[in-house]
Amino acid sequence: MGKPLNIIVCGSLVPDPLQTLEPVTTPQGPGLKNEQMLPSVLDPWAACALYEAAALAKARAGSKVTLVSVGPKAKLQQLMMTVAQKAPFQLVAVNAPAGGFTDAMETAAALAKAIKSTPGLDISTALLFGGCASASRDAGVTLQFVAEMLGISEMFNAVDSIKLEEDDSFTVLERVEGGQYLSSTCKGLPAAIGWATGSLPEPPNNPQTGMMNMRGIMPALMKAPAVDIGTGGISYVSVEVPAARRDTVVKKDMSVDAIAAEIVEWMKG
Amino acid sequence: MTIRAFSIDGDGTHSQDVPAFAAAIKEAAADLVLVPGNSRVRRSMAAAALRAGAAVDTGIVDVAVEGDMATVRRWVYRQRILAAFSRVARPWVVVTDPALFDEICAKLGVKPETPKLDLAADTHSWMNGRQSAVAGGESTIRPDAKMLFVAGAGWTKKQADGALHLGEAAAAITGFLARSGASLGSSKSLVDMPEAAEAFKFMSHMNQIGQTGSTPRHAKGLATCCHGEEPHVVGWRFIGERRAVNLDANCGWAQGKADVLYVADAFAVMAKVNELLG
Ligand SMILES: Cc1cc2nc3c(=O)[nH]c(=O)nc-3n(C[C@H](O)[C@H](O)[C@H](O)COP(=O)(O)OP(=O)(O)OC[C@H]3O[C@@H](n4cnc5c(N)ncnc54)[C@H](O)[C@@H]3O)c2cc1C
Repeated sequence: MGKPLNIIVCGSLVPDPLQTLEPVTTPQGPGLKNEQMLPSVLDPWAACALYEAAALAKARAGSKVTLVSVGPKAKLQQLMMTVAQKAPFQLVAVNAPAGGFTDAMETAAALAKAIKSTPGLDISTALLFGGCASASRDAGVTLQFVAEMLGISEMFNAVDSIKLEEDDSFTVLERVEGGQYLSSTCKGLPAAIGWATGSLPEPPNNPQTGMMNMRGIMPALMKAPAVDIGTGGISYVSVEVPAARRDTVVKKDMSVDAIAAEIVEWMKG
Repeated sequence: MTIRAFSIDGDGTHSQDVPAFAAAIKEAAADLVLVPGNSRVRRSMAAAALRAGAAVDTGIVDVAVEGDMATVRRWVYRQRILAAFSRVARPWVVVTDPALFDEICAKLGVKPETPKLDLAADTHSWMNGRQSAVAGGESTIRPDAKMLFVAGAGWTKKQADGALHLGEAAAAITGFLARSGASLGSSKSLVDMPEAAEAFKFMSHMNQIGQTGSTPRHAKGLATCCHGEEPHVVGWRFIGERRAVNLDANCGWAQGKADVLYVADAFAVMAKVNELLG
């Protein structure tokens, strides 16, 4: 069996996708209406990264998964109630705003600093994981910035599969154009991987894992340093929700033949 | 303001592309550097910009320039909120939506050039090549198709006779794709289902549309057996005309998300559509 793995997962919270989002202006720049009250979830692609990390760690005795999160402390604590039950990990938290309008570079700098200042996180042998893009900023740049700031030169993006060998070399499949994958092989660690969906289902809640994790998570949240992350060098001109609502015509009593004919006609038009 | 546009395509490893892109940004000596956000650019351009001391934004759908001021537009929260903003930092690398690169360049009167990339940096990685995401088959994702055809989890549910009809569903879907040339999209529920992975080998997570899937651009979209929930429909932002076939008259599509909702059995409708398409 290979050496224990040191997997660092960058991921934070985003509003539950079922919520309605309404932009508002705040003294700090654009924000969301009732942002503090909106229920949140672990950023979906970062969540995939966490589950993939947990599976890799499980397969190598002594491995460690560290989730590094930049987000408002109170909301992170709430989120951890469920996330902690998914997989064993230690949390490193930074108390700062997180959202679609905060600056990716400042967020990355806070992540890189937190990683560097956590004892025992040896970057030279690490796998740096995160989502390929967030569901908030959706820029797909944060993990790349963090990798660059940490001096990690091997990086793969929108990965759905990793095959790790005992000598730490690995082969990944990255999503590219036209429903294809690009297969690449890397000789060893460190390396950064921005995950797409991966191949693992969401693990069921395990209260025992949750209780174990929370022993470390609560102190991590207590000592989370506060960092002022703003909109960086961006000057927002406008922020709007373009009208997306259509006047739906509901056709209830048409025969199958008539519907099919209408669809074919529409396709050709 | 000096604006340069770089066409970058093909594939490249991050460790070699980052120094090459960073050098190209520096050599461009431009205020704005426009690049199309294809998979190669998305893998390495952000790190390259950081290394070159440039600002960078991705997913840009519009650029307007007035004097020394440039304003860009991009979506945040997965196509829900559209933001317009400017930066004073220069150089500014503007990674556009790949489908809009040519249009944005034309609007700004910039002719895309192919930059000279020096790919000699040390690397620990190598590329083995591209492969279809569908094991042994042709990709059902066709970005250039006029039409998007979405299959939802309803295709795998027990139907009115109390039975599953997975074979019939697979035949209806693949039959339609073959006849129409449409690109196949899916809901998350369908691609997450183990029984669908078994019965619908022609699709994978890559087909998923929505919040944690893709947001393709097609002139028309037809959704079948898909409820039309918000996390799915955010992926339809750039689909022109939208129609849906669902048994439920109160499904999400009825709530202003489609132009036309046919309340009907998609099995019967698609069998007939395939028959008409011949
Ligand atoms: C964090 C997060 C991210 C998500 N991301 C995505 C995403 O990216 N993409 C996505 O799609 N979803 C996403 N979802 C899930 C989303 O909320 C829905 O659960 C999902 O889209 C439902 O898929 P569906 O409509 O295919 O299935 P269902 O909700 O099960 O609907 C099946 C539909 O089929 C219809 N039906 C059944 N039989 C027939 C028939 N014979 N003829 C016609 N109609 C029939 C039913 O009436 C029903 O409307 C996400 C959820 C979360 C929490």
